[in-house]
Amino acid sequence: MNLALSDEQEFLREAARGALSRVKTLEAAREALDGNAPLPDLWPMAMEAGWPGLLIDEAHGGAGLDAFDAMLVLGECGRVLASVALLGHLPATAILNDSSGVEKDLMDALASGERRAAYLPVRPPDDLSELWTLDPAHGLGRPSALSAIRDGSANGGSPAAKARVSGQLSFVPDAPGAGVLVGVALLDGQPAGIVIDSSAPEVSIEAVQGYDATRSLGHITLNDAPATVLDAPAESLASAWHLAQALIAAESLGSVETALEVSVAYAKERHTFGRAIGSYQAVKHSLTEVLRQLENGRSLLYYAGWSRHGAPGEFPLAASAARSVSGRALDQAARTMISVHGGIGATWEHDAPLYFRRAQLSRRLLGGTAGATDRVAGELISQA
Amino acid sequence: MDLDDTPEQAAYRGRVQSWLEEHSSEAPVLEGPQSIKDEAEIIAARRAWQGKLAEAGLAGVTWPAEYGGQGLGPIEQLICNQEISKAKVPGILDAIGVGMLGPTIIAHGADEQKARYLGPMLHGDEVWCQLFSEPAAGSDLAAVQARARLQEDGSWRLSGQKVWTTNAQFASYGLLLARTDSDVPKHKGLTMFIVPMDAAGVTVRGLRQISGEAEFNEVFFDDVALDADAVVGGVGNGWGTALTTLMFERVTIGLGGEALGYNSNRFAKAIASDEHARRDPEVRHQLGEIASELLAVRFTSYRTLTALQKGQIPGPEAGLAKVTIVNGAIKAGDLISDVIGPDALAKDSEWAYMISFLPGLKSAGGTEEILRNTIGERVLGLPPEPRLDKGIPFSELRSKEGAPA
Repeated sequence: MNLALSDEQEFLREAARGALSRVKTLEAAREALDGNAPLPDLWPMAMEAGWPGLLIDEAHGGAGLDAFDAMLVLGECGRVLASVALLGHLPATAILNDSSGVEKDLMDALASGERRAAYLPVRPPDDLSELWTLDPAHGLGRPSALSAIRDGSANGGSPAAKARVSGQLSFVPDAPGAGVLVGVALLDGQPAGIVIDSSAPEVSIEAVQGYDATRSLGHITLNDAPATVLDAPAESLASAWHLAQALIAAESLGSVETALEVSVAYAKERHTFGRAIGSYQAVKHSLTEVLRQLENGRSLLYYAGWSRHGAPGEFPLAASAARSVSGRALDQAARTMISVHGGIGATWEHDAPLYFRRAQLSRRLLGGTAGATDRVAGELISQA
Repeated sequence: MDLDDTPEQAAYRGRVQSWLEEHSSEAPVLEGPQSIKDEAEIIAARRAWQGKLAEAGLAGVTWPAEYGGQGLGPIEQLICNQEISKAKVPGILDAIGVGMLGPTIIAHGADEQKARYLGPMLHGDEVWCQLFSEPAAGSDLAAVQARARLQEDGSWRLSGQKVWTTNAQFASYGLLLARTDSDVPKHKGLTMFIVPMDAAGVTVRGLRQISGEAEFNEVFFDDVALDADAVVGGVGNGWGTALTTLMFERVTIGLGGEALGYNSNRFAKAIASDEHARRDPEVRHQLGEIASELLAVRFTSYRTLTALQKGQIPGPEAGLAKVTIVNGAIKAGDLISDVIGPDALAKDSEWAYMISFLPGLKSAGGTEEILRNTIGERVLGLPPEPRLDKGIPFSELRSKEGAPA
């Protein structure tokens, strides 16, 4: 047993921290919120660092690493609220990596980052329902998954099956600007992996200016969009959803780390009634509560990162638990950051509102923190 | 990063498993219709079973070989605990002695003390208890008032009261923290003693808890005579010796946080057996929140083990796991009882017992408040609460508090 980072993982994390420190991401987040300037494009940095190919096998031009390594990079992005488009790209590449017959040029371009993919989030079945459903974009209703029909006429000598896909998805992470869309559609009633070229006229992606300006999101409409059908097994399609949960969990926990560090530093230097406010139990205990949730989240990131290959049957539980705890931790950390700083923490003079906005939007994306919490219960109930 | 056994660990696990397969029928039955009912018989059977585990090398796994241990690491100890739990047989009776007090004696005791006490402790021939807390010294442990006075012949006379003492009713010895000098600041005037529980002047009284059972005791000492060689770790060094015990307490928690049985699978099972509750969104949400935190604690203990294996000493952050376990179990007890209804509180219900036990557990091994103080100061580096007892002799402190020293 060994639940510690390897030297390579330490290096990966330090390199990510170093690269991101050269960009003023928080200033950029504030500017973007004001609508003064677009967010800086950090994709070239990601390409230089090799992040787009993290989860693609070496044979396909990638780094051949696993979920935990990707989560380390996402954690560093979360620390400084950097918008790097990996949340959309990495689960998409994981599905393609598990499929055979994907064009070599496409894999190479995705591994190098020359082309960028976005994952179309489709929620896999759970203990209460056999259905694949779309992320509930508007409230709690769950529309059923994208539908696909076979397109025999379009085969044109290519061995891969073709299909036409229709449906709408909302708030898809990193969709604006993505060259390919990868996800799951129902073909003959069965889930099938699909790749869609986003430049097709049947595809429309509408960028959404979100509550958190550091988060690139898009509404997607597919109207008989031409798609290539992948042969990735259903487990791989479900695993991509759980990978997305693990990645957003890691990213959230990175934000918790910063929120806690900034709050602790302030609690040490700010004095009232002749003492540092961090000496008061009310303040000390609320910061310790953030630490408690952070440590719990961190332990679950190890579980999720290990289980994707170490115990695949537990990956849905592990990733959902990591998402549930980390999402709540970020909520707590952002609120504590504001309250420890007093009134100024609730103003644009401070960075706290940026973390608060990140917390608020994150907890509602990709099925929501509450959706992950429900799946934890469902996984345990069905095992009981 | 991985959770798999190395080939050596797998071989060790195999040896533990095969011994347990061969001998588990000899273990005392403590649950179900065949279980032993008489308290004294249970203790006798569990002591005998501890002896067998010790003979087989399944007790004191991390103790050095020269004191009867296996000289192995914390991972092997965990493997051993896991297999004992899987075999559904009881573990050792004297987990406090073997896990915390024995290691303290190994670290601070005289050679004669190690030779005399460690063997019988490991084999369950002599059970030990921990005599640290007092009615007025819990979170502020260094405020102990139990007084040992040096006699002219070098022996000691001990008077005072201890409380929350597990196993005192059948213990042979206790490790006791006493004040030996009131004229110095409170952390300095303390000394650790080995106390025979059958000495004249020792009285043990059970303390009944909410459940009605008495799992703890109060222990009274009325002018108890102790030999000069009862001192462990030197006169006036009691605080440092006590810190060693508390460090091993954290190791014990780190190794066996789930040993209390407060784990996500058990709670999920209770919900899953109710056809309505298992589909109810609100019940599922609460279960999911509780279960994910308890699941986290399992992996926190693996992280602690990894650190231990690398020779790092566990810090106060281990206390956070205790806060998570206790509060998670309290919420689970409420949720499950809401689902079951008043039957959950029936006399022999496991949930009634758990619900009754937890409010006390919240204070055991450090109240939640003192744990959060310590962690806030030592882990986050927040400034301490202003203290009014620094550098003041204990006797003056006591008179300030309006009580005789």
